[in-house]
Amino acid sequence: MKTLISLIAFLPTIVCAEIKYTGSAAAEQRYFFQDALNPQQERANFSVYFAPELYTSFNEGNDSLLFKGFYRFDQQDTERTHADIRELKWVHSGEEWDIQTGISKVFWGQTESLHLVDIINQTDGVEAIDGEDKLGQPMVAFSLYKDWGNTTVFVLPYFRERTFSGDDGRLRPPLSVDTDNPIYESEDEEKNLDWAIRWQHTLGDWEVGLSYFDGTSREPDFVLGTDELLEPSLRPFYPQIQQTGIDVLAFLGGWTIKFEGIQRKVLEQDFTAFVGGFEYSFVGLFNSVYDVSWLMEYQYDDRENVTNVVAQNDLMLGSRLVFNDIDGTQILAGVVQDLDYSNVSSGFIEASSRINDHWKWRVDAWMFSSDEPAEPSYLVRRDDYIQLSLEYYF
Amino acid sequence: MNKYHLSSVPKVVLVFILLTCSLGSYAQSAQEKGLAIAKERKLRDSGWGDSTGDMSMILRNAQGDKVERKMRLKSLEMVDDGDKGLTIFDQPLDIKGTAFLSFSHPIEPDDQWMYLPKLSKVKRIRSRNKSGPFMGSEFAFEDMSSFEIEKYNFRYLRDETFDGQSSFVLEQVPTDKDSGYSKQIIWVDKKHYRLLKAEFYDRKGSLLKELVNYDFTLYLDKYWRPKRAEMYNEQNGKSTELVIHHINFNTGLSDNDFNQGTLKNVR
Repeated sequence: MKTLISLIAFLPTIVCAEIKYTGSAAAEQRYFFQDALNPQQERANFSVYFAPELYTSFNEGNDSLLFKGFYRFDQQDTERTHADIRELKWVHSGEEWDIQTGISKVFWGQTESLHLVDIINQTDGVEAIDGEDKLGQPMVAFSLYKDWGNTTVFVLPYFRERTFSGDDGRLRPPLSVDTDNPIYESEDEEKNLDWAIRWQHTLGDWEVGLSYFDGTSREPDFVLGTDELLEPSLRPFYPQIQQTGIDVLAFLGGWTIKFEGIQRKVLEQDFTAFVGGFEYSFVGLFNSVYDVSWLMEYQYDDRENVTNVVAQNDLMLGSRLVFNDIDGTQILAGVVQDLDYSNVSSGFIEASSRINDHWKWRVDAWMFSSDEPAEPSYLVRRDDYIQLSLEYYF
Repeated sequence: MNKYHLSSVPKVVLVFILLTCSLGSYAQSAQEKGLAIAKERKLRDSGWGDSTGDMSMILRNAQGDKVERKMRLKSLEMVDDGDKGLTIFDQPLDIKGTAFLSFSHPIEPDDQWMYLPKLSKVKRIRSRNKSGPFMGSEFAFEDMSSFEIEKYNFRYLRDETFDGQSSFVLEQVPTDKDSGYSKQIIWVDKKHYRLLKAEFYDRKGSLLKELVNYDFTLYLDKYWRPKRAEMYNEQNGKSTELVIHHINFNTGLSDNDFNQGTLKNVR
């Protein structure tokens, strides 16, 4: 109530304050190289997205309001056509603290190939295969900035379900995911009050983060069921978890070391997972302006006989080439090889460059190779694709 | 028992000692004078506290085509350490909202972070990539870092008049082996100790770039800052012009504004 009154008191200042309107939009064309596993899945796919942003600050910059929206329209998949409020929050800053109220996006972590400790936001799975796009998370977050580190406490009152491709989309399991009928371990279902805490600190050439989360798991397990049409379907099951996480970055000579580890308590199956590796950069290759970086990361998960775990014993090798030109051209390529099954691997290439101040082009390509039904990538083995995007920034 | 041999040894030694003494004291005084001028230059620009400003970077290629970068700069002067700086990019639009935080240190490598708004991610970056171009411009990351005495070995070369101003010409050699420069030649005016011009020599010892500062303006009755700077690359004909649209001092900035935790709030 107090916050509402103070917000109303500020209303005249907000109305008079300058509102900045920015954002981006893009058109994306995907082409799948092979026929899909199901006849209703197409080879070519077109989609567009629009992501506007509104921002204003008042009270000498101590208060701000931010709105970030997102809408995507997909040519074939009605599940992929979706809208989301990515952020809608009020930030109030003090001398060494701030408090965020509303829907927000938070990122935790240091590694490139897998984000283990990043748990606050739910993955917008229907967006991209790498899982880097997230849904907005309602929260109240209080942060304290001190010499001994930055600490944030999160109260997460509402849970968001993961999005999945529909029957007409590709990059999905053979049975449709029944997102209308999820199962929750908590009797409060999506209103279960989750919370988390994170401490982060810089120590010379080291960055350290420790985190703890208690609440509904953002990662679903799947249970066979039937949907309203009595067709077999996969029902997402969201258990309650307690997860401890650690993330570290260190500069050691010319090497950048990155590591993330988690310990998760879930039902009767507690497990540990980690990802770690290094990056080495060559600045100004052969006296040119190009920078080349080499990355290698190892992914491990001690769960056994679980078919929805992608990164159990895998090795990622990647390379980044930065042109340092006026257009900010860069190319990133990587390969992930399963060390348990030699016939399971995936690879990607990403390239992007500016055309001018408003326009940018991007190319993404993914390749999946799998003959092993026990591995989740078996489901997308025919979904190798290339995507061309034209992005507009305003 | 060669009398000639025995008596010439002390003479040769004496001449040798005198020669090295005078040579030594000549070199010492050029280095000492260079250091003294650099220290005075640093002193003249100390005590400004904090600053906030807008600037543009205009990048031109050899054909005269140009692109503009726009950014906002916040700086905090630190006691017994290099400055803290926060750069927020406004143009080009695809990187709008990206922020670059840097803690300069006199001897240790700078601590640097990048905030990527699309991923809401704060990334710690390596400052040993300091010789790389800043935003594709002719300014390297190390050129954007604050001037600290410990970063160079100085040597006074001569007096010269540049742009009608009587100046000292110094040679400064970077102490950091990751620097992209073998040396820099700088022109500092005698009256106000302002950097008027600098020549940058690459690792092979060839002239690479030339920087000239223009339109010096006095702030708070004490601090001179150029309104315009131009970095010209002698080897490829490209140039970058830095234009400071406005700069304010004592804007009430504190350590909290230069914290990787608060970067997420920067717009």
